[in-house]
Amino acid sequence: MQLLYLVIEIIVKCVVVFAGLMIVVAYLTWLERKVLGHIQIRFGPNRCGPFGLLQPFSDAVKAFFKEDLVPGRADKAIFVLAPTISIIAAISIFAVIPFGNQFTIPGTNWVVKLRVADVDIGLLYIFGVASLGEFGIILGGWSSGNKYGLTGSLRAAAQMISYEAALGIAVVGVLILSQSLRLTEIVRLQAGGIWNWNIWYQPVAFVLYLICALAEINRTPFDMPEAEAELACGFNIEYSSMKFALFFMAEYAHMVTVGAIAVTLFMGGWQPIIPQLSFIPGIIWFCAKLFLFLFFFIWERGTMPRLRYDQIMKFGWKILIPLALINLLVTGFIVSLRG
Amino acid sequence: MIIPLLKGLGLTLSRFFSKPITTQYPEEKIPPAKRWRGIQYFEKDERGKTKCVACGLCMAVCPSQCIYIETAEDEEGRRYPLTYELDASRCIFCGFCEEACPVKAIFMGQGYEWVETQRKPLLMTTEKLLEEKKFNP
Repeated sequence: MQLLYLVIEIIVKCVVVFAGLMIVVAYLTWLERKVLGHIQIRFGPNRCGPFGLLQPFSDAVKAFFKEDLVPGRADKAIFVLAPTISIIAAISIFAVIPFGNQFTIPGTNWVVKLRVADVDIGLLYIFGVASLGEFGIILGGWSSGNKYGLTGSLRAAAQMISYEAALGIAVVGVLILSQSLRLTEIVRLQAGGIWNWNIWYQPVAFVLYLICALAEINRTPFDMPEAEAELACGFNIEYSSMKFALFFMAEYAHMVTVGAIAVTLFMGGWQPIIPQLSFIPGIIWFCAKLFLFLFFFIWERGTMPRLRYDQIMKFGWKILIPLALINLLVTGFIVSLRG
Repeated sequence: MIIPLLKGLGLTLSRFFSKPITTQYPEEKIPPAKRWRGIQYFEKDERGKTKCVACGLCMAVCPSQCIYIETAEDEEGRRYPLTYELDASRCIFCGFCEEACPVKAIFMGQGYEWVETQRKPLLMTTEKLLEEKKFNP
């Protein structure tokens, strides 16, 4: 009986997280267009429903009814597989993100923990699955048999690999402080108000994480793989219809993921700003903090110009990785001094 | 290097909170300039008919030759256009017809929204030109 309840709980959580993530992704596209519009002193979508709120559905219907083209010279199996890899990797990261603490179902003693899986190597899992997502982009660009697609995916490969190094090293600083790879443990150590958050103990790592994460999800200052001006969309140039929509959703799901990891590692996860405010459920705190990050990602997209390819590489290898190493060294030194 | 980036972020944030300057076109319209040359209209005389005396100056001056006039005289000996055809699909809105007209019968209007799926409705006759007057107060 206990096992059955457990299975039901896990299935319900999976469905809720998946549905929630899809809704967030759908409305993130709306939010992005809206915020970018207002940054450029215009309205953004406002024709579909009030404030354009039905725009994501209209986009989805449009994507469904578009012609699904597969180029003649494409490697068909891999061409179909690539967006699938991309979206699966993007969604499955969410399995380990802790959205909130636990609660007891009223009338029973069944404790529901607000995360799909509490893996003790959560952070490793995230990095593993996140790098799996790169295969989607690389294979997608390569298999479409298009020179722009190939160039885009080559750039994606080089950029992601070089920034992943700095990203990993930056995050190790947090690991030294928390001494655990379990995300719930990392969040729990940040309890007790805003001054206990890792962002104050690891500010350099936080900034490095944000920059590297932007490069990792190919967002604007680093959107080399799809640079519209030179590559005409890059790796997804040959994709249309729902396959393109899957890439698109994967990109936005990655954005949510990166925000959620930043909240978990640096901003105290579901913990409230001050302990007195803990009557507000943790999931609301989590969503509020996540929203801040998502807004920042859109905001900086409306601000930053795209870097040149060699600038990106130079910035990654000559500035970010040394900085991350220094940060790691200093953190380790201080932690070992304090014993 | 970092300060300009932050300045840029500040600028975009202030833009984000400012009011959009978009004109929502079908609902809101920017009125055309006073000297805007839109679709022509005919001025009426005191009898409610066209002021045009069918002198043919507009037909002669029209660079795209989109005006065609057949002249006639009524019982009082007054000349009037039996047929006045202005092919709006050929008109280049130069305004020469308005300038050439000696009796101030034809004017360039303010209208700029005119879409048809066929060519036929774009042929303006005297009646249509008179009707266009009510869009040009």
